[in-house]
Amino acid sequence: MATLRDLDLRKILRMGLIAGAITVIVGAIGLLELFGERALVADVITMGQVILYTPVLLIAYMTAKDIPSGQTALSLVTGLLTGVVSSFPVAGFIFLASAVNLRQFLPNVSPTLISLLDFNAGPVIGSLIQVAAMGTVGLITAGFFILPEKHRKPLFNAILWTLVIGLFSEILSIRLRDFFGVAFTRLIFTGKALNPLVAGILFILIDGITYRMGRQKQTLSERIAAMPPRQQKRYRLASMIGIFVFLLILPLLLGTYLSEVINNIGIYVLMGLGLNIVVGFAGLLDLGYVAFFAIGAYSMAILTTGGSLGIGNLTFWTALPFSVLMAATAGLILGVPVLRMRGDYLAIVTLGFGEIIRILALSDLLKPYIGGAQGVLQIPKPPFFGTALIQPGQFYYIVLAGCLLAWFVSSRLSDSRLGRQWMALREDEDVAEAMGIKLVATKLLAFGFGAAFSGLAGALFASKLTSIFPHSFKLEISINVLSLIIIGGMGSLPGVVVGAFILVGLPELLREFAEFRLLMYGALLVVMMLAKPEGFIPSAIRRRELHADKEIEGEIQSKVAGLGE
Amino acid sequence: MRSRIKNLDYITLFLWIVRTAIIAIVIWGTVATIIKNPYSPTQWTDFLVFGVAQGSMYALIAIGYTLVYGVLFMINFAHGEFFMSGIMTATVFVAAPMSASGFLDRNPILAIIAISVLSITVSVIVAILTERIAYKPLRKAPRLVPLITAIGASFFWQNFYRGMLGGEAKPFPQFEILTGKVAFLGTEILKVHIVVIIATIVMLIGLNFFIMRTKTGKAIRAVAEDKDVAALMGIDVDRTISITFAAGAAMAGVAGVLFALVFRQVNFFMGFIPGIKAFTAAVLGGIGSIPGAALGGLLLGMVESVGPSLFLQSLGIPAFNQLKDVIAFTMLVLILIFRPQGILGERLAEKKA
Repeated sequence: MATLRDLDLRKILRMGLIAGAITVIVGAIGLLELFGERALVADVITMGQVILYTPVLLIAYMTAKDIPSGQTALSLVTGLLTGVVSSFPVAGFIFLASAVNLRQFLPNVSPTLISLLDFNAGPVIGSLIQVAAMGTVGLITAGFFILPEKHRKPLFNAILWTLVIGLFSEILSIRLRDFFGVAFTRLIFTGKALNPLVAGILFILIDGITYRMGRQKQTLSERIAAMPPRQQKRYRLASMIGIFVFLLILPLLLGTYLSEVINNIGIYVLMGLGLNIVVGFAGLLDLGYVAFFAIGAYSMAILTTGGSLGIGNLTFWTALPFSVLMAATAGLILGVPVLRMRGDYLAIVTLGFGEIIRILALSDLLKPYIGGAQGVLQIPKPPFFGTALIQPGQFYYIVLAGCLLAWFVSSRLSDSRLGRQWMALREDEDVAEAMGIKLVATKLLAFGFGAAFSGLAGALFASKLTSIFPHSFKLEISINVLSLIIIGGMGSLPGVVVGAFILVGLPELLREFAEFRLLMYGALLVVMMLAKPEGFIPSAIRRRELHADKEIEGEIQSKVAGLGE
Repeated sequence: MRSRIKNLDYITLFLWIVRTAIIAIVIWGTVATIIKNPYSPTQWTDFLVFGVAQGSMYALIAIGYTLVYGVLFMINFAHGEFFMSGIMTATVFVAAPMSASGFLDRNPILAIIAISVLSITVSVIVAILTERIAYKPLRKAPRLVPLITAIGASFFWQNFYRGMLGGEAKPFPQFEILTGKVAFLGTEILKVHIVVIIATIVMLIGLNFFIMRTKTGKAIRAVAEDKDVAALMGIDVDRTISITFAAGAAMAGVAGVLFALVFRQVNFFMGFIPGIKAFTAAVLGGIGSIPGAALGGLLLGMVESVGPSLFLQSLGIPAFNQLKDVIAFTMLVLILIFRPQGILGERLAEKKA
């Protein structure tokens, strides 16, 4: 029987201090204050509280996780102590801020932040409340483990999704108002947050549904796999048609603002699919990917603009192939010098290329042709049978068509001879060459295809915005696209879409977040590589590759076990 | 087989055309500038001295890349952020308050020592944290993985500093004793530049002593040679790698102070461009070689400072100074294409890269 003497005090101290330090940092960089008063469920919980207590919650979870089930007291005390320790750095920070004017060094340490941390109760009482609050959070987190296994996941899902719906209250309430009227919306949302009663109902509903789903013996995919082949085929066809119809009517459901967000996501999906060929399939880390996006955008801009820089005055549709072609050619040309480079060198050289293109676009040297810092203006929206597609809801269909095309090409390529060659190249260049793969052609095709997709995205971007400037083509975009591929899973097509929704969609919806976007991307890249290098929706090959050791180990173990019998 | 050779031929041809075109542009520009002679000799010396000072900073940063490459064969993408973090912290927490209280003018030497100590300490801490969290657990992962975490770490630190200390540029106080010029070999040189050059030389000698004469330095060299054998000889490889990161970061910390003395302002983004340029310098000199990094830094600094006026001005390029960064990036691309092992590099970079 475990006694309290089994408490791992060193671990509790270390983890608690880490949680506290993270909390202080989150406060000091201004994230806490920014979201501070945004209510999720009216009068119950704010975004600020969620952000404030999430580090404690996660760390208490990690500390309590390793304690074997059944040792309830030990687990609870561990959680409580971790929470209490977490509050020490926060309390220290509160006292420091009351003694020294921290704001002269750290501009985000404002009185508002301190009042969020000490509950407006002064340093002494505020710190005590914080100790109690964080201890409670730790205790509740550890209490989570007392629950039977089957209840944990539904409960977690219910909390998470209720809060997520609360977070998007504002946008949701606008859409609901358009469909169901003001009275109904008022019933669900109080101000810009969920009504507590509705939140409760949602919570129970989600909990119930996920619980039911968890109780089913087979998952959906297992059930489909168990069907006879003909039925499987019919099922797939039906679901594909379903998805297609859904995609077609999507702008009607979303309204203008959300359609615009979807269009932005779509452009990133296009770029992501392109970079996925270069990085995910062929394993060539290209950090100058934004260059091709810029080339596509500038080609479209100059060929179609009605302004003084225009050449040819083409329409969107005639200019589109040229833009894609220009980008693909640029991809081939820039691919040649880097043919012999691998890994790190390739990354830095492509980054250099990207910067060269951006500096050239900004320079006075090319100003007479592409407008320098003033950019290119008056780019027409795409015409479609006599009408210009001005509304985001209309432009959506062009983006959708582009994405579907890119998806189709990617998925066909990944299973083709060329796709296999790319993957061989990714695994080992020398071996691939020895197997008779032509390195030059294969690599150049990867760069070419990747650049073509990016050029298409750029062309759509230019005609969507109707004016483009060099500062839209910063390195940030390359990093953005790279992050979304990695989040989704390198080499995985659905991963690109999911990644784009998470990394482009979420920040678009949470505008306040914009300043912290890159911080989160940076942290996400590191955390993903440490915890889940294959991404959220990994491609099968990638998963096998990255977990090869474990799989082999498992095989050996099962064989050893077999020998013993 | 035949088509492969044919392919390669096209590529070689293309590369030769690129090479010839760039050499032609450089020669044409130089000749045209010499004929037109738009600057006086003093101005050229000024360019050159500025180039040497700038190059000294590149050299100090480049050493960090070279050291890490030497032991891990990876490019530490976040190294520019080590450079930024130290001086940003020192400026906000030491230099600015000291300047406001007047301490800086009364005891400039003490002030600069305090600034340097804090800058080096913070750079080293940031480097060790980055190494522990983002690189160490991934030693055995595929090559792409630590590179991606390095990019992530770089963006994380940049935006961490932006959030913590604010996004605007911070002024770095002026030191009275470092203003003005001194006569040197018939020309006048800014005092700041002399300080930069002397500090760089001192740091380089110190580093050379550390690597060549101390036990830890020997351990670093052993790990660079062969990690497994070094471990068998009783060397703590992980600790040695951490020390290598710390040594590189310390150099970057000093470079940060020199940068602030010359340009008199710092911001969260300042590590990015010098970082890439220092990497260029490291490759130029031959990555993995310490004298190479120093030489490459100086060379790059001078080309960058003299280059725009010498090569580009007479080609009729408007606002030719805008293209300063293009020169550095073009140099990087050209070296990697035509001489990946750099000037002093022995082993072929391609083998390890």
